[in-house]
Amino acid sequence: MSAKRNIVRVSKVTKAFQLGKLDVQALKGIDLEIAAGDYISIMGPSGSGKSTLFNMIGGLDKPTSGKVFIDEVDVAQLDAYELAWLRCRKIGYIFQTFNIIQVMTALENVTLPMVFGGMGNDAAVEKGIELLELVGLGDRFQHKPFELSGGQQQRVAIARALANDPSIILADEPTGNLDLKTGEEIITLLKQLSQERGVTVISATHDIKMLNVSDQVVWIRDGRVDKIEDRSELSISVGQVDIRE
Amino acid sequence: MSAAVNGKTNISKELKKAEGINRLVVLPFKKSVEIAYKSIKVRFFRSLITTMSLVLAVSFLSFVSVTNDVANGFLATQNPDLRQALVRSGYDIAPEDTSVGSSPKQKWIIVLSLLVCVVGIVNAQLMAVTERFREIGTMKCLGALDRFVLRLFLLEASMQGLVGSVVGAVAGAIFAIINNFIRFGTVVFVELALLDVLFSILLASLIGCFLSLVGVFYPALVAARMQPVEAMRVEQ
Ligand SMILES: Nc1ncnc2c1ncn2[C@@H]1O[C@H](COP(=O)(O)OP(=O)(O)OP(=O)(O)O)[C@@H](O)[C@H]1O
Ligand SMILES: [Mg+2]
Repeated sequence: MSAKRNIVRVSKVTKAFQLGKLDVQALKGIDLEIAAGDYISIMGPSGSGKSTLFNMIGGLDKPTSGKVFIDEVDVAQLDAYELAWLRCRKIGYIFQTFNIIQVMTALENVTLPMVFGGMGNDAAVEKGIELLELVGLGDRFQHKPFELSGGQQQRVAIARALANDPSIILADEPTGNLDLKTGEEIITLLKQLSQERGVTVISATHDIKMLNVSDQVVWIRDGRVDKIEDRSELSISVGQVDIRE
Repeated sequence: MSAAVNGKTNISKELKKAEGINRLVVLPFKKSVEIAYKSIKVRFFRSLITTMSLVLAVSFLSFVSVTNDVANGFLATQNPDLRQALVRSGYDIAPEDTSVGSSPKQKWIIVLSLLVCVVGIVNAQLMAVTERFREIGTMKCLGALDRFVLRLFLLEASMQGLVGSVVGAVAGAIFAIINNFIRFGTVVFVELALLDVLFSILLASLIGCFLSLVGVFYPALVAARMQPVEAMRVEQ
């Protein structure tokens, strides 16, 4: 464990949302270290703060207190340009609702982050086709998102997340809107990518299928880390925990 | 607070030095034009509606000023018959006048129509922004800066504005000439001050483009300032 480099470090992070007069504590002090190259699942019941934590790690939102470090750089210290650069080059995002840009073709979706990253058009198109082939959509790159099934759209999103060879892929319930079989395919694909490319995959999920491929599972309950389990300890507890509570 | 600010700049500088590369996200101008163009094309119907109020307002403006151009063309001939024809068709011309301008009432109506048009554009563009929350948020997650989003919206609006106001201005001018032809007959074409008409069309087009940009500015700012989390939270 100590030999591995920490790519993400979350330190005493809290997040409060102001709902009128009500103060909702979504995160109540999260400490977390994620080693580079691992496949991490963040599990927990609905409303436990998975998405909120996900947004903090991804630099999409700022913690109320505490710090998030990515490659030992405090995300809160970055200016708008550096944050955009981080989102563009360091992190790939995958969402439950796919979030493919509907007005662009699959290929344009995949090449957009490369354009932002400063890659030339031809090189971007070439790499985009390569990535779409990698996720099994080699023949579909001129299709508009609405011509693709949910699973295919999620594959496009995965290809797009890989566009700039990020070191981290953040996936918020990537299988949440997919059926069982397609969900499994997506999980296998993510796992395969993580192994082949050494990408750190962090996914928030309800999906028990995720447990099989995870190197580590972080259980979140009510805005706190309930427990962290490594792969070896997992098989024992899966039977006991009711995920759907 | 100031310590934090100092820390921030220090870290940023260290980062840049350490990496030795330019940590900048870019969107080449050509690419933004391409994206904006495609975006209009895909949402053609919506763009058409956004542009429609502009087309109408600009064509009204162009209609009024070309009608005046025609009348001024008549007056310039110093032909008493034509002067008489103008007076008969309702122009208020004193004996010593050598040109006609828009009446205050006409000007007021024009200003009002342009104002309504801007409000219409703001309204339509705000709706377009709301519709595109998710798209904008996604772009930001992929590394788009605020000004990329701003630029895309401004480019779209200027393309729509350009096409809309040229169409409106030309349509207004043609309609004005036809209208005058019906009133005065073929003499309209003989005495037409072509240069003045072209100038009227050009001016109306420019005003239209300007209004389109004015109308989109606030909605574009709303879009550009949006945080990616807010955009992602909006349910589809
Ligand atoms: N923008 C917000 N404003 C107010 N409250 C929020 C906001 N976002 C999240 N919350 C609250 O924070 C808590 C955690 O929400 P979060 O979305 O992180 O849960 P989750 O674990 O992702 O749930 P799910 O599995 O249903 O996606 C919830 O109680 C929610 O109501
Ligand atoms: Mg969630």
